Amino acid sequence: MFKVLNKETVAPQVDALIVDAPYIAGHAKAGNFIVLRIHEKGERIPLTIADSDLDKGTITLLFQKIGKTTEELGTLKKGDKIRDIAGPLGHDTPVKKYGHAVLVGGGIGSATLFPILKALKEKRNKVTVILGARNKELLVWEERFAEYADKTILTTDDGSSGKKGLVTEALKEVADSTKVDVVLAVGPIRMMQAVAELTRPFNLKTYVSLNPVMVEGTGMCGACRVSIAGKTKFACIDGPEFDAHDVDFEEIAHRLNFYKDEEAESLEKFKKKKCKGKCKKQ
Amino acid sequence: MRARDPEKRKHDFKEVALGLTEKQAIKEANRCIQCKKPMCITGCPVEINIPAFISAIRDEDITGGLAIIRKYNMLPAICGRVCPQENQCQGKCVLGKKKTPISIGALERFVADYEMKKGLSQKTKMSRSNGHRVAVIGAGPAGLTVAADLARHGYKITIFEALHEAGGVLTYGIPEFRLPQKIIDREVEYVKSLGVEIKLNWVIGRTQTVDELFGEGYKAVFVGVGAGSPRYMNIPGENLNNVYFASEYLTRVNLLKANQFPKYDTPVKRGKQVAVVGAGNVAMDAARTAARLGAEKVYIVYRRTRTEMPARLEEVEHAHEEGIELLFLSSPKEIIGDERGHVKAIRCDAMKLCEPDASGRKRPECSGDEFILEVDQVLMAIGQASNPILTKSVKGLKLWGAGYIEVDEEGRTNLPGIFAGGDIATGAATVISAMGAGKRAARAIDDYVMGRKKAKSKEPELAESKK
Repeated sequence: MFKVLNKETVAPQVDALIVDAPYIAGHAKAGNFIVLRIHEKGERIPLTIADSDLDKGTITLLFQKIGKTTEELGTLKKGDKIRDIAGPLGHDTPVKKYGHAVLVGGGIGSATLFPILKALKEKRNKVTVILGARNKELLVWEERFAEYADKTILTTDDGSSGKKGLVTEALKEVADSTKVDVVLAVGPIRMMQAVAELTRPFNLKTYVSLNPVMVEGTGMCGACRVSIAGKTKFACIDGPEFDAHDVDFEEIAHRLNFYKDEEAESLEKFKKKKCKGKCKKQ
Repeated sequence: MRARDPEKRKHDFKEVALGLTEKQAIKEANRCIQCKKPMCITGCPVEINIPAFISAIRDEDITGGLAIIRKYNMLPAICGRVCPQENQCQGKCVLGKKKTPISIGALERFVADYEMKKGLSQKTKMSRSNGHRVAVIGAGPAGLTVAADLARHGYKITIFEALHEAGGVLTYGIPEFRLPQKIIDREVEYVKSLGVEIKLNWVIGRTQTVDELFGEGYKAVFVGVGAGSPRYMNIPGENLNNVYFASEYLTRVNLLKANQFPKYDTPVKRGKQVAVVGAGNVAMDAARTAARLGAEKVYIVYRRTRTEMPARLEEVEHAHEEGIELLFLSSPKEIIGDERGHVKAIRCDAMKLCEPDASGRKRPECSGDEFILEVDQVLMAIGQASNPILTKSVKGLKLWGAGYIEVDEEGRTNLPGIFAGGDIATGAATVISAMGAGKRAARAIDDYVMGRKKAKSKEPELAESKK
């Protein structure tokens, strides 16, 4: 059992849980994730370790409430318990002195980028962070990023915060005006694909952190398999970060949609149950 | 052995094989001719004194029979259900030369279930605590055996398990209808009753390293992490939607109860026309699970023929009875998808058998013909490989083949204090061989921690002597 020590609402649909997990905190590196199961009947889902505190023995999980399990996770309060958390899992981000690194985050992808930003700064890189979202409300942790990054650029689809437009446009501006040594993009699959296509002609080293469906997360089931340069790889143990120019984005997009109906069914059932009683009073 | 009616059982997950009644068991035991040189023992990977336990059943001393088995085998209720007896003890039974061999597996299961049914509990002689701690990585058959044996000898044992439940492949791999979870739970509870602590969600190599375990005061480490990584064929279409590796498919259903979605949160796709590639136990399990999830037609697609099938005889028979169709001499070469990236068919080469290969089985070769099977789901069950998380995390650990740990006969690795056994040392094998490896390793660990140079004289509890 893992105790929730604190909960913050970061954005209307985004929550952060600070969880007591000293062994995981003690071994977490940038790019790692955990697999959790809230209770006996729960599914196992992967979540990035968005931050960790070695001294306090805590990890921070940042998540957007988009499905049944994340909605349910959002109902947990300080003092509640999560039945299972296994980790830290996945390869560490290849952190070294690159020179100028650009981190591109779409929506909740920022959760993955934050520890990478801190690790890159420890290696004395110049880091530009581009965070994008549909609107102001969906931007997360921009102040935290600004604390560490050399430069933080915000973009929103509707212009409610930062520049109006897409992260790729901002990335292009940065790459046009300064030398960029490495790009790391995390976010929706089509956003990562767009970043990959943008940097490909320039042969600019680009990593993406893939988020396929996972079941157990330790290389035993192959649910998270992806095609990388024509070879099958498991995101949980071979990734989750891969060279963006080697990723078969169409395949992973198809695979991410595979359980769409079941996810909707599960979410609807959960919302109905949650609503019972309360809705009648209203 | 009695089994439930195929027409009824193929719609639920309740156990298929019913076991023997007391009367049947005693009758079967009376068929045993108590050979002077019992061949059955030579067929058993842990050399259970089979004639002795059968003799006890004959004398209607069922608990006495169980006590005999338990000296060699910690998990009789499980082994009685999942051992490939026809290749082991029963395969050697002299009665089998002329007629039916003794149903040793069924008798083993009977004595183990008898205890459970009567609510009897095992009494275990425990040595006094010696204060030494040993870490066991993986709560599968090998790890549970090492833990129990050492705990009985006074060691303080902690098992570290990566998943959220103990049991290893018994829990995530073997379906409920073949090995009910309550039987595994009972064995795990027994191990815990010996004072063994099981830490779940603990991925050694990630949550903690082996070096850290030694640093915490563990005197030795046993690695029994199994061979859980799925193999794949590298044919086009393997990553299409609705192509599952059997390990994922079975994990969803067995460990996460996806058959009860949406009561349980984990979903699984229910195929209508299902092709299962492979012919081992895992393939049979996947095929029969698919049938239970409502498939109209399930095919086993296998490149050799019935005689070469690696699955237990009983599983093949049960699958056949449940309407699973066996397609022999068929080797998939492509999985064909539709425009949405979903499976719609599987293209196979028709094979013919040629000269035997290194495994002694006749080698299949393309006959030149091919055919297309229209299916909407493909389950790949062509074997498991080693998982690299632990092995890569231990510096200098000597591996062989496709990442398995190199050990001597007693489970010693090349690194002092680190022992290994079960599938991670041998490659995918059987529950009983993992258990046998666990027993041998337990003895070697005891020698190592106590600083004995040579193996001590055998004690009854550790009396099996696979050399």
